[in-house]
Amino acid sequence: MAVKAAPDADTQEQDLVRRVQNGEQDKFYVLVKPYERRVYTAAFAILRNAADAEEVAQEAILKAFANIKQFRAESKFSTWLIQIAVNEARMRRRKDHAEIMEPIGEHQDDEGTYAPREFADWRELPSEALERTEVRELLLESLATLGSKYREVFVLRDIQHMSIEEVADALGISRASVKTRLLRARLMLRDLLAPRIASGGFSRVPFEKGNKPW
Amino acid sequence: MVVVQCEKVWEQISDYIDGDVDAGTRSAMDTHIQGCQRCTSVLNGTRNVVNLFGDERLFKTPMGYSWRMQRRIQSDMRVRRRTVMGWLVATAAIAVVSGSVVLAQHMGANSGGEKSPMANLGRVPAELEVVVTDHGKLFHIKECPFVKESDHPHAMTAAQAQTEGYVPCVRCLGQYVGELAARLLNRGTWAGFVATR
Repeated sequence: MAVKAAPDADTQEQDLVRRVQNGEQDKFYVLVKPYERRVYTAAFAILRNAADAEEVAQEAILKAFANIKQFRAESKFSTWLIQIAVNEARMRRRKDHAEIMEPIGEHQDDEGTYAPREFADWRELPSEALERTEVRELLLESLATLGSKYREVFVLRDIQHMSIEEVADALGISRASVKTRLLRARLMLRDLLAPRIASGGFSRVPFEKGNKPW
Repeated sequence: MVVVQCEKVWEQISDYIDGDVDAGTRSAMDTHIQGCQRCTSVLNGTRNVVNLFGDERLFKTPMGYSWRMQRRIQSDMRVRRRTVMGWLVATAAIAVVSGSVVLAQHMGANSGGEKSPMANLGRVPAELEVVVTDHGKLFHIKECPFVKESDHPHAMTAAQAQTEGYVPCVRCLGQYVGELAARLLNRGTWAGFVATR
């Protein structure tokens, strides 16, 4: 007897999108629920403020609902949703002039080789370390010091695990720019964190002006 | 054998970690990294960054975030439904008013001759006292809100008004004109429509 294969996640999602587009509004939350966290994270990466990020995440999801009929199945629903969140967050940042204290690297040229600093080797940090609030805070603080163009790429790629192509689509930049910015973001974070988390420990030296490795 | 310098390793370290370099480049980088303490440190540190930030425990959404999101979506949908209902009611009301005018015109055209198939919809009692205005085409009860003193209303019976070509106002005589009209009008849907807009 032939067994009908269960529809994969993408097919189920496409079906949900079609149903919402055809007026089944109550299915919208089912559709966006898996991406709630990603929408928030994308907004947070740009705004660096939890309250603003939540508000923008809500606005982005409502905007997606209002424009759901414009969504075309050629792109992934999650990429489209993140793209809306990124645009909403950028608009909010411009409106609020949030970058009064502009992070270092914001206007840094992507061209040329970035020379990572020389440190003693940073051995792998056990993943349990992330259960410690101070370690999480240290990582988030270091991320916040990156210029937005690096932070956006890094968050979408390394925190949201989007592909290079998806990041390029979501941010409206070329694939090559995504790769260059990602490389710099990773190296800058390595330079920033290595002296503090080296040898499995960490220090709470605040990130002050002049205290950054780049 | 291809030999790479430190700068080349730094430029490619991100692609190396992502597995996005060809076999030849990977092999050359492996050889270099094994013999270079600085590049080993860069590789390990960068890999740690990717692993630590890639852990989903790092980014936590604020407490109650999901619940607030769901509530906001539901609230937005309620507002949208009310707006859609407002438009539907408005459309229905316009249809009823237009329909009654067409019906009335039809009845008027047949008033002197044979009974129209639709004439039985206009069951206004023949002796009911109604008012008409100089420039209007409708007849009303005296209390009809559409009739103002400035319209100079004058009284007559419904039968007389129909003979003279006037047709019943659906606002005040809706109960005689049609059940749907009466139901919509008695509910004050116009007021609802205005309030919704």
